[in-house]
Amino acid sequence: MHEHRRGSRRSFLSWAAISSFCAAIGTALAGIIRLPKPAVLPGPQRIYKLGDPEQFAVGTRVKLETEQCCLFRDEQGFHAISTICTHLGCIIAVQEQGGFACPCHGSRFSESGEVVGGPAPTGLPWLEISLSVEGQLQLNAEAEVPRGTKFRA
Amino acid sequence: MADTREFIQNLKDTPRNLRASWLRLGKPPQSDRERSQATFHNFFLHLQSVRVHRNSLRFAYSLGLGLILTASFVVLTITGILLMVYYKPSTELAYNSIKDIHYVVPAGRFIRNIHRWSAHLMVFAVFLHMARVFYTGSYKKPREFNWLIGLALLVLTLALSFTGYLLPWDQLAFWAITIGANIANSPREVTDALGITRWFDMGGFQKQLLLGATYVGEEALIRFYVLHIVLLPLLCGAFMGLHFWRVRKDGGLSRDLTKDAPPASVLGRSMHVFQTSPSKTYGLMAIVRGRTPAVGRGPDGTVPSWPNLLWAYGAALMFTVAVSLGLSLLSDAPLKEMANPAIPENPAKAPWYFLGLQELVSYSAFMGGVGIPTIVLLGLALIPYLDRDPRGTGQWFGGPEGRRVAWKSALFGLASVISLLVFTVQLGWLRDWYPKIPQLMITAVNPGTVIVGIYMAWSLWVVKRTGSPRLAAIALFTCFQMGFVVLTLMGTVFRGPNWQFYWWPSQWPVH
Repeated sequence: MHEHRRGSRRSFLSWAAISSFCAAIGTALAGIIRLPKPAVLPGPQRIYKLGDPEQFAVGTRVKLETEQCCLFRDEQGFHAISTICTHLGCIIAVQEQGGFACPCHGSRFSESGEVVGGPAPTGLPWLEISLSVEGQLQLNAEAEVPRGTKFRA
Repeated sequence: MADTREFIQNLKDTPRNLRASWLRLGKPPQSDRERSQATFHNFFLHLQSVRVHRNSLRFAYSLGLGLILTASFVVLTITGILLMVYYKPSTELAYNSIKDIHYVVPAGRFIRNIHRWSAHLMVFAVFLHMARVFYTGSYKKPREFNWLIGLALLVLTLALSFTGYLLPWDQLAFWAITIGANIANSPREVTDALGITRWFDMGGFQKQLLLGATYVGEEALIRFYVLHIVLLPLLCGAFMGLHFWRVRKDGGLSRDLTKDAPPASVLGRSMHVFQTSPSKTYGLMAIVRGRTPAVGRGPDGTVPSWPNLLWAYGAALMFTVAVSLGLSLLSDAPLKEMANPAIPENPAKAPWYFLGLQELVSYSAFMGGVGIPTIVLLGLALIPYLDRDPRGTGQWFGGPEGRRVAWKSALFGLASVISLLVFTVQLGWLRDWYPKIPQLMITAVNPGTVIVGIYMAWSLWVVKRTGSPRLAAIALFTCFQMGFVVLTLMGTVFRGPNWQFYWWPSQWPVH
């Protein structure tokens, strides 16, 4: 093996060979990592029609299983609180004595969805309620509204 | 005519010649030379050295755990391939295909039980194997890197177990995927609190990679299926090959080099001194001490691998199969109700080996699911690089002093984790006292991080008092083992509906 002078043609060529090899491997790795990260995230569109607003009397407090939320109606209007635990995604139980409790790791929430115990990092989000064009109550479980927002039908 | 006779003669001789061409030696080995040849002329056996140290064959030293792990991996591969014949990886069909395997497929229930029990055995043995290697100081030079490969195998074993119990798509599977994906998402607990999720969303990226969708469904099941049957077993097999190869290249199983070696057995006689013959290359036959071939020294307490090591292989395989078969006859692998995305089980419990983790996660998702496991793995990985003292290699606990420290640390570890749990169950934690406390405080200070801190402090105190990193390592490792055992018991026995404390499952409220 000869020692090549710095800046000689040979040392430049071997440098170019090694860097193109590394670039090729790097590009291949980037492609391998890129594939499993989905470009389109499949999933159901979580907008639900709940029916005529008048079928929910004032004082309603009902757990909706498909919609994964708890729907309330009081004098100020409607609001819906998500029943997906903010800790690790279990479905929380609506307690008869008020408030919510998670069966998986014991997070507890107040009637308005604030954390009162357990490991949940944040409160339960309030979900957007609106009226659809045909006059049905519509829940958008993908949109959050500030806590305390109530919808008047 | 002569040609025909030769043809007939060759035809007659074919069975003998076939045998001779298949078995290179042609007959069972008689002399030590033939025993060496039987090993290194065989593709499957040449991975091991032709002579094995007597100490490596001592059951009381290795407890046969590495061999049991290998045997259970083999059993799992075979039974896994059999289960794949009937299993259908689809959310619609998976549950019923497992039911078919359980109730309709001939021997299906038995094969599934064996798969499940040998998986449990593998997890159990991998913990014990790590403890054996640690307490005999076998991670020390030149075996540091093999300790790291062993850690990778520990993680792979747990990953294989986790992805395995997701596949039946029952209630356990569905909620385990949900919780697992959200643990992967839990770095958001920190990035949200710091308000940087918009720019740096590690958690969201990991969750997307695992689920492949915004919900837990077909995409997730296929991903976990591919991990379980292709990627993780391939990685596991590759790392196992590397692990075995390093065991051999690093000089076989560790042993106490300060003690005189027992006599070697050559030609059936015990020999202390080995007369070298000038025409042979002993280094290649691996009958000399040390990592590099050195001729002219004693053969150092070795015996031929054929048949001595083969008996050990056979015994480990028999033991593994016997335990898996016995347990499979006694108890069936569980299958819960079909996955129901609307209602989790109450309580939703993982298999035993993850319940310690589940207890930690019930304090803080990020710390319990990501932070503390990372700290523990990093700590384990650093052990061979922090404890460079070669003394005590190959002795249990490195001698009587280590044994004393191990006992004290076990007591300290038990006492501190139990009192911390009693405190938490009786009095609650920060949020019960200060409801408005910021989440970052709880992420940083929760029973999980407190116990890690206590154990680290104990280990620092030991190193300060004794000046020995080895004793500090023993103290820390022992404490963490006690913590693992107690947290696992806590999650398994003492946690009931809503993850509340109960003395026994019979006290759980009935719905």
